[in-house]
Amino acid sequence: MGENISTRAAYGHALAEFGGRDDIYVFDSDLKSCTMTQYFAEKYPERFFNIGIAEANMVDIGAGFATCGATSLVHTFAIFAAGRVYDQVRNDVCYPGLNVKVVGSHAGLTVGEDGATHQALEDISLMRTIPGMTVIVPCDDNETRLATRAMLDFKGPCYFRTGRPAVESVTDSIPGYSFEIGKGCQLRDGSDVTLIACGLMVQETLKAADLLAAEGISARVIDMATIKPIDREIIVKAAKETGAIVTAEEHNIIGGLGSAVAEVLTDEALVPLQRVGVNDCFGHSGHPKELLEHYGLSPENIAANAKKAISRK
Amino acid sequence: MLTEEKRKLELEAANIRKTALETIHTAGSGHIGGSFSMAEIVTVLYFKAMNIDPADPEKRDRDRLVLSKGHCSPVMYTTLARRGFFPVEHLKTFRKIDSDLSGHVEIHVPGVDMSGGSLGQGLSVALGMAMYGKCNNLNNYVYAIMGDGEIQEGQIWEAAMAAGFYKVNNLIGFVDYNKIQLDGRLTEVMDPSPIDEKFRAFGWNVISCNGQDVEEVANAIEEAKKSEDKPTMIIAHTTKGAGVSVFEDTAHFHGSQPTPEEYEIAIKELDDKIASLEV
Repeated sequence: MGENISTRAAYGHALAEFGGRDDIYVFDSDLKSCTMTQYFAEKYPERFFNIGIAEANMVDIGAGFATCGATSLVHTFAIFAAGRVYDQVRNDVCYPGLNVKVVGSHAGLTVGEDGATHQALEDISLMRTIPGMTVIVPCDDNETRLATRAMLDFKGPCYFRTGRPAVESVTDSIPGYSFEIGKGCQLRDGSDVTLIACGLMVQETLKAADLLAAEGISARVIDMATIKPIDREIIVKAAKETGAIVTAEEHNIIGGLGSAVAEVLTDEALVPLQRVGVNDCFGHSGHPKELLEHYGLSPENIAANAKKAISRK
Repeated sequence: MLTEEKRKLELEAANIRKTALETIHTAGSGHIGGSFSMAEIVTVLYFKAMNIDPADPEKRDRDRLVLSKGHCSPVMYTTLARRGFFPVEHLKTFRKIDSDLSGHVEIHVPGVDMSGGSLGQGLSVALGMAMYGKCNNLNNYVYAIMGDGEIQEGQIWEAAMAAGFYKVNNLIGFVDYNKIQLDGRLTEVMDPSPIDEKFRAFGWNVISCNGQDVEEVANAIEEAKKSEDKPTMIIAHTTKGAGVSVFEDTAHFHGSQPTPEEYEIAIKELDDKIASLEV
């Protein structure tokens, strides 16, 4: 059973659990107790390297290992993983197509009190736009564990986004839940509108579906843990069957999940779409829960957007 | 080094220069200055020092090389072709839309161990390869060739710090110290000197040599291989555009192309050099 822990903690435990293969090498940049690579480091010290506060060097050391056949996992905060070392990730990981996993923790507003310089709200967008990159954003303990295992078995560049705060475990109690890279998972069926979310907004979206149900609105909920390659099939099916879509993400509304879904709808099944996310601004210091509410990443706002999407049908 | 071996390496370097120039000429663009200054370095590495096999380019325990100054692909591709990794004839496709020989070095070309182009990153990649070699008891050496202007990039010093800290003694770097970068002389743009003292302070074994002398380059590599607990940086004093009078010691031929007259002079000088070294 999944626990109510952060996705970074879930990742750290999963990495230690599934990291036994001798081609797996883990690199951190003085954040092993934050990114939670510490569990792997304790278990497999011979395959763990702390590179210090030098993220660019870390990514390229990981790339060097990967050219020799290693599976490299590099770790830092999401703000640095996608921003500070964008060039290294683009040119030295994705362009040569190397088997390097870039794991960014503390993503989104819920870094909390550390404030805007540490709140990655553009990372999904930046990573998604690089050819050959796979982007995974798990929502809870169970999904993170499954996604970590899948990522270790997958060959090629990957961006894996985790968060700081403890989150409710939801996926393991849903019958039929499964994780596969490139596939969304329907958590709840519905016929009036579809709510598509990633990361900790999945939990908020399930609550929004409850609010809508109380008003007699039937909302389908899709957990889109892989942003790239996006599951076109599940989006098109939802558009055709429910006729309206809402996306919810702890990210700028530009370039992330909402944009990815919009691209699919534009190509294949144009229906009303409402995007819930941070409205193209920087974050702020504050308690994670306060911040989510302040920036509209709440069940109430998702439900309001669902009603708006339905009204636009 | 025996006189005969030295003559053969010098002849190879001259042939590499000529073929590289013809390759650039056919393509209509490409970097001459930095390619020519490092001709002896790659000649000694690929025709003497490195444990590589053109018949088995992916050999697991091979020595590896990262051309961090990836724009000097003409000399790199020419060296690999002449060493037998792919046909010399293939160089005529350099920089063409349907060729694998892009403007900057590409990992998918046989013999190339890593793509390059964004300056300042190759030493980190080479460090990763060298650490992998040590973790897996490959008993190999990993080389990185950097430009002197390139070491203005901060990441070079991140890599220098980590290599010294982890005592990665199978990592051997070269600074192609031709003293000129795109915009002019290092001393006018951004002087990185003293380069030797900087790397020593980061825990490196540092060797200086005449990078245009195959024997000095070979001796420096042999000395570097003896390092027991430190990475080695070979500071190769070179001349930008070395080997052709009209190309030498000028920023102009960093990326610009010679006039038809300059091209004729260059080919003539290289032909004369080749003739003087042939038995």
